[in-house]
Amino acid sequence: MTPDMIRPRIHAILAEQAMIPVEEVTDRQSLADLGIDSMGVVEAIFAIEEAFDIAVPFNANEPQASTFDISSVGAIVAAVAELHTQQHQ
Amino acid sequence: MTRRVVITGAGTINAMGADVPATLAGMRAGRSAIGPLDIRDVDRLTIRIGAQVQGYVETERFSRQQITLLDRYAQFALIAAREALDQSGVSLSGEAALRAGVILGTSGGGLGTQDDNYRAVYEDGKNRVHPFVVPKLMNNAAAAHLSMEYGLQGPSFTVATACASSNHAIGQAAQFIRAGLADVMLTGGAEAMLCFGGVKAWEGLRVMSNDTCRPFCATRSGMVQGEGAGIFVLEAYDQARARGAEILAELAGCAMTSDASDIVMPSREGAERAMRGALRDAGLDRLDIGYINAHGTGTAANDRTECAAIGQVFGPLANGLPISSTKAMHGHCIGATGAIELLACIMALRDGVVAPTVNWRESDPECMLDVVPNEARDVTVTACLSNAFAFGGMNAVLALKAA
Repeated sequence: MTPDMIRPRIHAILAEQAMIPVEEVTDRQSLADLGIDSMGVVEAIFAIEEAFDIAVPFNANEPQASTFDISSVGAIVAAVAELHTQQHQ
Repeated sequence: MTRRVVITGAGTINAMGADVPATLAGMRAGRSAIGPLDIRDVDRLTIRIGAQVQGYVETERFSRQQITLLDRYAQFALIAAREALDQSGVSLSGEAALRAGVILGTSGGGLGTQDDNYRAVYEDGKNRVHPFVVPKLMNNAAAAHLSMEYGLQGPSFTVATACASSNHAIGQAAQFIRAGLADVMLTGGAEAMLCFGGVKAWEGLRVMSNDTCRPFCATRSGMVQGEGAGIFVLEAYDQARARGAEILAELAGCAMTSDASDIVMPSREGAERAMRGALRDAGLDRLDIGYINAHGTGTAANDRTECAAIGQVFGPLANGLPISSTKAMHGHCIGATGAIELLACIMALRDGVVAPTVNWRESDPECMLDVVPNEARDVTVTACLSNAFAFGGMNAVLALKAA
């Protein structure tokens, strides 16, 4: 799957978590910009794992140390694309 | 009516050992009982470590007829209660039995029984389960078996406040004796959540470590689950003195508070109010406290909040106060954890040995307290606190004094 195929579903998942219209989500925003807190992040990652049938490495104790980049919406799209390629070859 | 309450018996089984002496020896040695999980379907888990009771064979402890009614958590409670009552030597016959009861903490109750039987009907497609599934899995089963085993006919029930269950139970049992509603109470907690479904549920929260538990350490990676039971005999002080019982410690005070804010994120204020309340209830000054057994789960959220709360309550005194989390040794035993941790408090008060925080490597700027890293320490302690801060923002802190 290319990032362009993945992006709409990521935006939809984050919009639902942030309780805002999906049109308001852009790749440049951070999760904090969207108002998603730490438990919201955990829930969004679960939704992403279910949507793309992938396992996302993420420990809520040390989000910065995780290899899964959640610094922005665009970073998440890229990271999911990479994980999907790795795990569905 | 207000009476003093003392502990005259202690019992346990947990990953550190099958009784109190083995557990305390492990704590003195700073031994961590965390290791690979040995449970069914472990290959489908991403978290594969825990502090499991090793070498446990239920058929060596109980008859086949008993096992049909006893989930692992209830077995642990019975084993620990036997040790506690043997030590106490309190008589529970005749009139005394009418004035004795049981208050236990548990979170999952018979979770292993639920797991096994859901698997039977959903995965294996069976349409029939054993007739005693309900009495085996219920959360009050362990308390009920203790009351039946020893004929205790006073008040008995189970308290469920997740990770604070044992402290709430012990605090409540002490209140019953203080208020004159009972003279002897069995109390503590039991937990056995290390089954596939139990660990799978915890995995979802993404707060579990898959290497080990390192409370208050900059490199910590989360919590590790344990299992077991801790059971104590609480008794009215005058009665214990009159019969010449050996007093292990005085349960001098307890306070319970609610954060009333978030279902999982702890609040500093709630923890602070609970510690201050326990000191006030026990009539203790901050200067009297020589040790705190911390909740210390090894999660970022708990450890930072707890250190900040201790800093607020103790001010400059916090810097010279030994604080340790024994969860790095026996794991987070959830509803039983406060009871097992009370053993570390009794060791500090009786033996002058403070249990260490093992697996500790480097300072976290947000946890700059004396966490007694890696090695037990000889310290004279005359009073201590034991913290428990649960999901749901439900907090219970116990205050103990040396006998």
